[in-house]
Amino acid sequence: MSRDGTGTIGDLVALVEKVAGWARDGEQVEAYAVRGRRTSVRAYEGEVESLTQADSAGIGIRVVTAGRQGFASAGSLDAGIVAETLEEARDNATFGSVDEFVGLAEPDGAEPPAIDLYREALEAAPTDRKVELAIELERAVRGADPRITGIRVAAYGDSLGEAALATSTGIRAANRGTSCSLSVLALAADGDHTQTGFGVSVGREPDELDVAEAAADAAERATRMLGATKTASRRLTVVLDPHVTASFLGIIGGTLNGEAVLKGRSLFAERVGEQVAAPGVTLVDDPTDPASLGAGPYDAEGLASRRTALVEGGVLRGFLHNTYSARRAGTVTTASAVRGYASTPGVAPRALAVAPGPLALDELLAEVGEGFLVQSVSGLHSGVNPISGDFSVGAEGVLIRGGEQAEPVQEVTIASTLQRMLLDVVAVGGDLEWLPDGTGSVSLAIRDVSLSGT
Amino acid sequence: MIDEGLVQQTLGAALRTGGEFAEVFVEDRRSSSVRLDDGRIEELTSGRERGAGIRVVVGETTGFAHTADLSEAGLRAAAEAAAAAARGGGGGTRTVPLERRGAPAPHLVTVLPETVPKAAKVELLNRADEAARAAGGAIRQVMAGYVDGRRRILVANSDGLLASDDQVRTRLAVTAVAAGDTGMQTGYDTVAGTVGFELFDTADVEEVARRAAQRAITKLRARPAPSGQVPVVIKSGSGGMMFHEACGHGLEADLVAKSASIYRGQVGERVASPLVTLVDDGTVAREWGSLAIDDEGRPAARNVLIEDGVLTDYMWDFLRARKEGRASSGNGRRQSYKHLPMVRMTNTYLLDGDGDPDDIVADTPYGVYLAQLGGGQVNTATGDFVFGMTEAYLIEDGEITDPLRDANLIGNGPEVLRAIDAVAGDFAMIPGTCGKDGQSVPVGCGQPTLRVTGSGITIGGTAA
Repeated sequence: MSRDGTGTIGDLVALVEKVAGWARDGEQVEAYAVRGRRTSVRAYEGEVESLTQADSAGIGIRVVTAGRQGFASAGSLDAGIVAETLEEARDNATFGSVDEFVGLAEPDGAEPPAIDLYREALEAAPTDRKVELAIELERAVRGADPRITGIRVAAYGDSLGEAALATSTGIRAANRGTSCSLSVLALAADGDHTQTGFGVSVGREPDELDVAEAAADAAERATRMLGATKTASRRLTVVLDPHVTASFLGIIGGTLNGEAVLKGRSLFAERVGEQVAAPGVTLVDDPTDPASLGAGPYDAEGLASRRTALVEGGVLRGFLHNTYSARRAGTVTTASAVRGYASTPGVAPRALAVAPGPLALDELLAEVGEGFLVQSVSGLHSGVNPISGDFSVGAEGVLIRGGEQAEPVQEVTIASTLQRMLLDVVAVGGDLEWLPDGTGSVSLAIRDVSLSGT
Repeated sequence: MIDEGLVQQTLGAALRTGGEFAEVFVEDRRSSSVRLDDGRIEELTSGRERGAGIRVVVGETTGFAHTADLSEAGLRAAAEAAAAAARGGGGGTRTVPLERRGAPAPHLVTVLPETVPKAAKVELLNRADEAARAAGGAIRQVMAGYVDGRRRILVANSDGLLASDDQVRTRLAVTAVAAGDTGMQTGYDTVAGTVGFELFDTADVEEVARRAAQRAITKLRARPAPSGQVPVVIKSGSGGMMFHEACGHGLEADLVAKSASIYRGQVGERVASPLVTLVDDGTVAREWGSLAIDDEGRPAARNVLIEDGVLTDYMWDFLRARKEGRASSGNGRRQSYKHLPMVRMTNTYLLDGDGDPDDIVADTPYGVYLAQLGGGQVNTATGDFVFGMTEAYLIEDGEITDPLRDANLIGNGPEVLRAIDAVAGDFAMIPGTCGKDGQSVPVGCGQPTLRVTGSGITIGGTAA
């Protein structure tokens, strides 16, 4: 998508190739440029509350000279600013510490998967259709249950993005993609007490969005919490909703990061080949699977995406790497470099998924018998220490009695350690769901978790 | 930064489809950062973002567009896109006479970070690394980051307002990792201000590093935190984040208007212990959330939110204030020109009481002493909030005893405010980052040492 909305990615490719071509002798240069168009609509009380339409673009330039790395970025593709940005990156490189492993990726011959993330239909969708989706969503949530009393947010959002990368070491990569989403946060009230529930739907084009499902999810999550109270502190089995499982997966994915391992910050360093989780747990990062919104042909250093098994049958198989962490660890990259244009590539899962188990949610609840179905957690960024593994997070949900959903519970915390939690998985749900962040998640039953309440 | 005539022209284009209100927000932001990890200066990074966000309001609808292209054509295209999004009835040509309005800067920057040699910034981190490692043999890893940013903004709107600000912020943070028989523990400390490089004239980098290291080392002998409701004494400073979450967000007028706040309809009512006076104040010199004007051009102000336990007012941005026919309280903020402004806090703090911090601990037979809080989160509709404890101790027989492992605590904002039964006079503030609807802005928080009685806070530890 170019300025007129119909062009190709060619000018972006030409720009990064030009910058990479400015590398001097003994210097490596990487240019990563992105361009995007975004629309978002918020509906409130049947009207458009806000409608945003915006184009944006930016470039990040990395320079490596004599084992030192420097970086600079700019939110503009203006020729003068791009040239200044390269000079700034060069200057920054002179202050880095010398590190023999620093350097740009080199072509490794791997073929990128043939996946197409771009949908003409999104680019062609008229603004009125997007507005209608947001208004429909709000109407659907308000109509879903008489106890729904308000809406905090009902929004449609989409983006068309393109990215191009070139290095003086011979890497060339470019791709474009579309995505869109509906999200709603509903309020339900019963007397003086208000509860909230969210619903989302994601896709690559508007027709893939499911207004009814997002609305029903939000309404159910909000209304089933009405009348929630605290419960007594105890140890019990918890069942994590797929969204909650995904939050924990994100943190566990961070501990399987090769950079954290090298820097002595991973719980799982030195444990490859060991049983780190219950035998039913298999974790894979597979950005070649187009079912994930995190999928793509290349990673953020321009290398072809590949599938990486992290945990199989509970056994730790390996870690994720970008070019730097792989070189330093004496292994090969898993093409797990991630970044925005304003930062250097880090290491992270791109499409982390749990292999689903055999049980539907009701079967899983029946098997658990007594426990706590957690529908949302809070305080993850403060309540989980990925280095020590300790976690303690705010939780709300419904108790499980006789294998069925029973009374709602709020203002409690659940705590354990990440290490124990993985080993204490007693059942893996078959309800695989692909979430907005690209994670493929399921319901997960974990025994012996501390609940703090009254 | 940008020609005033061009701003006026852009406002005209934005109003052409009958908008009732139009605003041009121009931002030019430069930042530089240095990261040290694993004993090495990993990288220096420079960033530059420049662009304009244009908003047009018709009735209840806001149209918004932004562009990185500050040329006449770029601004006109964005103004037309925003105007098309908020189609009005009228139209025609309107010229808005702009009047420049000033606001006092909360602090006059003496050393612009962009004038400081990069080597001096690198040196700060090397000193931090050395001091943290020297704090004890158990220290295995040190991460230190330096960042400075200069954000120049200009706001003009169809009410004729023209205002600008030059916001300079500087920050240094250190995380230390210690290892022992019980595994790894981390400690964190930071120093930051809406100031230039003169921050380091008074801030002791070595001391920041030592505090981070000491926190990690102390936690190596920490025992699991208790589980359940216990009295909590919160040390002055970092607990301010709790009041930011526990009640600040619920006092944001946009959330109140959508019935997404438990404080709706409670102005004039008692919502807290009479010991509580809560203020939001963007004018405090040097603090992390300070500004001369907000991102809608309104001068920063000191607003009393709760006085002696009684709710006095909410915080307001332009749009919400306009609907209520009152003035904004200077709380309209946005992350960047790419974002719409909304009601945000600046520096939010609880005022001093007349207690003595040592006496408060001595008067507590059993409880938890919270010396540092991590991040937190609140559900404004229910008032429930959650917080990480990153430095905490047990109180036994009125004395601070064993350190506790990291855990979250959970509470309900209105309940905690009523359960405060002692407030000391040792006020302190800390810097923080506040997230709302996907936008992050710097904020300050503060409070004196205080105690929350047993019914207010539940500690989410694993100890029986």
